[in-house]
Amino acid sequence: MMQHIDVSRVLRQTVACDLYSNLVTRPTGAAVRAHIEALLREAPLRGGRALAVIDFSHVRMIDFSCADEVIAKLVLPYCEAPAADAADAYFVFRGVSDEHWDAIEAVLERHELALVLEEGGEVRVAGVLAEDERLVWGAVARLGSGDAAEVVRVLASQAERADGGIAPPSTAEVARLLERLHRRRVLMRLDDGYYVAVGAGALGDG
Amino acid sequence: MTTVINVPPSLDDATFEQVFEQLAPLPPDARLLIDARHARWASPYALTALLTLAQTRTERPGLAVPDAEETAGYWARTGFFKLADDLFELHGHVPRVRGGESSVLLEITPITRSEDVHDVVGRIQQKAQQILAHELNIDAKATVGFAMTLSEVCQNIVEHAGRGGFVAVQSYKWTKRLGRRVVQIAVCDAGIGFRRSLESLPGFVRDDRWDDASALEAALIRGTSRFRDRGRGQGLAGARRYVGRWDGKLSIRSGTARISIVPSWDEDVPMAEKLAPFPGAQVQVTIPERVTEQQRVATR
Repeated sequence: MMQHIDVSRVLRQTVACDLYSNLVTRPTGAAVRAHIEALLREAPLRGGRALAVIDFSHVRMIDFSCADEVIAKLVLPYCEAPAADAADAYFVFRGVSDEHWDAIEAVLERHELALVLEEGGEVRVAGVLAEDERLVWGAVARLGSGDAAEVVRVLASQAERADGGIAPPSTAEVARLLERLHRRRVLMRLDDGYYVAVGAGALGDG
Repeated sequence: MTTVINVPPSLDDATFEQVFEQLAPLPPDARLLIDARHARWASPYALTALLTLAQTRTERPGLAVPDAEETAGYWARTGFFKLADDLFELHGHVPRVRGGESSVLLEITPITRSEDVHDVVGRIQQKAQQILAHELNIDAKATVGFAMTLSEVCQNIVEHAGRGGFVAVQSYKWTKRLGRRVVQIAVCDAGIGFRRSLESLPGFVRDDRWDDASALEAALIRGTSRFRDRGRGQGLAGARRYVGRWDGKLSIRSGTARISIVPSWDEDVPMAEKLAPFPGAQVQVTIPERVTEQQRVATR
């Protein structure tokens, strides 16, 4: 089940003031993140997984310190070494405007993070990604769900159409990239060994 | 005995050095009279630095207010005297504030807690958009970056200075140096400064070349912070990017050095060393009016 978290609402609850629609200062960011983490702990899981939509639509601005606290520090623990009792959590960021992006992009670069953005019902991956990671993520998103062999077929067909003469990566290489993108929280790994692009479909039946 | 510190008639970041130089040989408890009677103009940097100066004294200094009614009136409208009243013994006529000052985007505001940063960012946004777009020909989208820069430089006080400081934002026509309108953010504190802040980094090892200049370089150019956390040190880097994008100038003075990101229209040096010592950090961000194609053609 997808959990929707309105960051502006969390901000107002956290700082207990209706006047604040700006995500600024590190202590505010840390408090907002703690609140989001608490909501995530209460989130219903499906197949041990949780998908949260972090909605910035009503946030007027975010500064670098807050972006570091609210985005980087929220996502990083799940990418690095999640706690044994932590849910297998994934994030989709909604309502991220150009005005928010400067700060968010800077922290993604600093921590070499990638994330999934939702715009007008479409999802895309953004942040620090190698070209082959982008290609593999795009192939999985087009497939809906797929394993390494299916992704290789999509990439081979793309290469053929482009007639660029570039050989698609091997199945072993794609398997490695799929796993890497899963660790980076932009692909969800299902129990049957298939992968789903985060936000591109349902949570997966596991 | 009271030592008189003479304030130059035109007071900005460059001429304020004369004030710091007069102050440097004096002990913190020396009796001072800051003589601003002949002051005719002061930048937001100068006004916030004057308040900061008073914070460094153990003996409350005197301040002779500007003789010129227009100047004193302007200082009053920036909120200077309201704060100076607690820090100085004021001498001379302090005018009453009548109406707001349109060029003052943010009157001088004390910064001590995170909540103060929320407050100044909230207050600045609408007015900044109006000034940036209508007076400086800068894309309205730049307002967000401006508020972010303001937020980050103010947070430096809360996170690193160890004591409160002051912020002011103002727009004016900078005839002497640029001949164009500018908007200027000034953030001054008399706290521990960049060098001492970075020295508190766990495991910090001082080398022979370590001084105020290298501390400023580490913070502004390399994004070094006193915290081990990898996410730290992005605020000033972001401010630097913003200033670069809009052909602005960023300078930070701390201790005996001043580092500047110098745009093509300015003749400042990237690093000034061996300045008169002064505690804390004094930051100035200047964003100039953009010259439109129409203006460019008209001046040909």
